[in-house]
Amino acid sequence: MIATFTGFEADLLRSLASQMVELLRNERAEPAAPAADPFEAMMAEFSGATTIPEDPVLARLFPTAYPDDEEAASDFRRFTEGGLRDGKAAAAGSIIDALEDAGLPPELTEDGLMIDVELTHDEAETWMRAFTDIRLALATRLGVEAGDEHYWHSLPDDDPRAQAHDIYEWVGYLQETVVEALTAG
Amino acid sequence: MGDVSAASPVEVEPTQTPDEITFLAKPWVTLVWDDPVNLMSYVSYVFQKYFGYDKAKAEKLMLEVHTEGRSVVSTGTREEMERDVQAMHEYGLWATMEKAS
Repeated sequence: MIATFTGFEADLLRSLASQMVELLRNERAEPAAPAADPFEAMMAEFSGATTIPEDPVLARLFPTAYPDDEEAASDFRRFTEGGLRDGKAAAAGSIIDALEDAGLPPELTEDGLMIDVELTHDEAETWMRAFTDIRLALATRLGVEAGDEHYWHSLPDDDPRAQAHDIYEWVGYLQETVVEALTAG
Repeated sequence: MGDVSAASPVEVEPTQTPDEITFLAKPWVTLVWDDPVNLMSYVSYVFQKYFGYDKAKAEKLMLEVHTEGRSVVSTGTREEMERDVQAMHEYGLWATMEKAS
């Protein structure tokens, strides 16, 4: 499939994807508090995180698998969170690469630039997953709840939260379009 | 098979059907929970793609998540459910696992 963006849209999407990569790589997967036991502290260096991330966005991206079993939840997190982080960062990174390969310059200066990105089925699926992560991140930061569209649309246009919510809805529209294309193909 | 004498076959409890044996070995479930973000079309797509469910079953499960707040989307061994939960997290769905009740 071919996705067509204006230069402005492509630049915005690159910025969102870059923020996602930064978020996933920044707060390293480490225990929240330093372990008292030196052996445990050393092991934490080698293995993955065992406690739920402090950042609510990361906590939503990497939910607790066993809500009623703390030990099993820690083990699951230790074995999965690192790989999931890498996968999500790679998916967001692939959006950046594809947009730049399709002609998006490092700094957008030109008016009227159009970017056509050709995506295989697998690439489109990767974008679809990355759109999900971006939407989850924006929604968590904004505090989006079910059925609250009226509230967001009632905010003045120059409210930065209204602008962020517009971007959230736009990525939702992009995602819906990709799902439709994948279902049809 | 030549003329080597076969070992006596394992005794199978004749009252247990293969389905029941499989069921007894699958005491865990994967749950997907409702969230205000994920699109209904996307959730249904993920259930078809990952679990191989047909469209009708995927949409039924998706609607169950949406209206009841959660749905059991797969059943299996603990290891299988850990793989499913991990895959759901990869897709950004909010999934947990527990022993089947």
